[in-house]
Amino acid sequence: MIEVKGNMAKNDQVIELHEVWKTYRMGDQDVHALAGIDLEIKRGSFWAISGASGSGKSTMLNLLGCLDRPTSGSYALEGQRISSMSDDELSDLRLKHLGFVFQSFNLIPQLTVQENIELPLFYQGIDAHIAADRARTIANRVGLGDRLKHRPTELSGGQQQRVAIARALSNEPSVLLADEPTGNLDTATGDAIMGLLTELHNQGRTIIMVTHEPEIAAYAQFQLTMRDGKIASIIENHTCPSGIASLKNDAPC
Amino acid sequence: MLNTRFIRNVRLGIKTLMLHKMRSILTMMGMVFGVGAVIAMLAVGEGASKEALDQIRRLGSQNIIITSQKPAQGSGSGSMRIRLNIYGLLYDDLDRITQSFKHVERAVPAKLIRGTGRVGGRALELRLVGTTPNWFELVDRERIAGRVMVPRDMETNANIVVLTEHGARKLLAGQDPIGTKVKINQGYFEVVGIIKSESTDSGSMQTPDEKIDAYIPLNVAIERFGDITTIRGQGSRSREKVELHQLIVQVDSIEHVEATAAGIERMLMTFRPKKDYKISVPLALLRQAEATQRTFNIVLGSIAGISLLIGGIGIMNIMLASVTERTREIGIRRAIGARRKQIIGQFLIETIVLSVTGGFIGIGIGVLIPWLITMFADMPTIVTLWSVLLSVVISIGVGMIFGMYPAMRAANLDPIVALRHE
Repeated sequence: MIEVKGNMAKNDQVIELHEVWKTYRMGDQDVHALAGIDLEIKRGSFWAISGASGSGKSTMLNLLGCLDRPTSGSYALEGQRISSMSDDELSDLRLKHLGFVFQSFNLIPQLTVQENIELPLFYQGIDAHIAADRARTIANRVGLGDRLKHRPTELSGGQQQRVAIARALSNEPSVLLADEPTGNLDTATGDAIMGLLTELHNQGRTIIMVTHEPEIAAYAQFQLTMRDGKIASIIENHTCPSGIASLKNDAPC
Repeated sequence: MLNTRFIRNVRLGIKTLMLHKMRSILTMMGMVFGVGAVIAMLAVGEGASKEALDQIRRLGSQNIIITSQKPAQGSGSGSMRIRLNIYGLLYDDLDRITQSFKHVERAVPAKLIRGTGRVGGRALELRLVGTTPNWFELVDRERIAGRVMVPRDMETNANIVVLTEHGARKLLAGQDPIGTKVKINQGYFEVVGIIKSESTDSGSMQTPDEKIDAYIPLNVAIERFGDITTIRGQGSRSREKVELHQLIVQVDSIEHVEATAAGIERMLMTFRPKKDYKISVPLALLRQAEATQRTFNIVLGSIAGISLLIGGIGIMNIMLASVTERTREIGIRRAIGARRKQIIGQFLIETIVLSVTGGFIGIGIGVLIPWLITMFADMPTIVTLWSVLLSVVISIGVGMIFGMYPAMRAANLDPIVALRHE
């Protein structure tokens, strides 16, 4: 296990990228999916990454999610550089510091809602009773307290995405990574999910979300746009989406 | 902690397998029949060989049995009428054997005469065995009534007979047998005792005794019946002179049996021009039977091995399909933070659950089939503990070996690719 040192944990920067390149070899040509990215992400911030397909945003998310390693440059999550880490160390890092929310929910069909939420705790080796308690608490927080024994297939899309968010939160991650979280949902349900994410952000969660929809990106604090593997622009949102402002008076925008 | 995680993994494995009940059952079939066949075949084999070995043991593994045998005829046997054929073991052979071999504990002679026993209106073909009291020490059979032959019978040339249970029932049914006089050929013999006979009707294997035996003192037999028998053939008559038909030699311990048998053979050869005897050593038969059994077990083991291999391949095939089908699930688990070896563990547990469940059902079938065979075909079967334990070990082994490759494949998937899998 990788221990987070005290002074590191207090560090304001959860994520630091310096001169990160990711190069793939296609035939006899080098393709730079990421071409020299420099980025720092503060604890508690809410980022939206957008860009055309092929701009490198998926590669970026895989890298941030410790599913991939940079070809060159350095990436530090909670002060830990992942370049030299083994597969097991990367797994442990994901288990401890990251939570994933996917476009297609990605729940495990043979497990109940509760078991899905408990999954990260299961891999952490946490006692079953403690895990069950935590799963119940989180399920209540996302509004699914009465669906714990259901199977994912018995739930609506919006509910499934709430389960996925609950699962991503159960290990108390440093960063919540969301890949098109509203892509498979209708507008109303999507808005509700975005409401939930905003709420989590207001509670101090660091969220990084990939989306190609401007309306969804507008929920974030920072909108990062990528083009050809490079950061094209970073815009800070000063205006809150109207719906959210009325819901949350204490929104930091 | 590890323990509870293991239990949860097993429970998850069972749950996953239960999602595809039909598929899981079909996959298990290979193991079920493989293990079932192994145990059942071994049980039948074990039962058959135990029966054979028991029969040989009944002959006495410490014994050497020498039987008189008419030597191969020389030239001119066709039309020439042989007046008197002299061959076989001699009374002197008995003395020589008892005196010159230090490992010989006792030697029991048997002079065999065909005769008819009569009591009142009843008659029974008998095999008269002229022998000494130590026959009853060597061929140890249960005594049902009266006594067996004693040295005093020899000393007094007593006209006594010991009958078998079968003979007594046929000749003396309904009356107190002890003291009854039986007319055998021309003489009268007093029944002094009745013993059991272990000779069976099927009789593929020989025992020294037969159920139509009537035991009389050797010297009485010599005196009454002599050494010459007349054999009536087709239109011709031939006569034979045989002193002793059989000698059963008991050696003091099993290690000395073969050497003593060889010694006796050498000695007998020096005293006679033709080989007119046959030496059989039950111990050698026993060894031979055991060797046959070993060969049988090897053949059986190979068949069992092949059937389990096929069962294992079946399991592997299904698990590979399962890995492909659940690529997305593997990706999700890896993204959440499952280590490679945890994925391996999950899939391995599933295959082991499959193979072990199959194995246990197989054990049930493997125990049931021999039981049915014994019930309906009346064949002896023995389900040995080691065959059951072996099956358990094999079924776990098959699960591990054939589960490893699919599990490794699952674990080595790139999580990014796995997540994108449709």
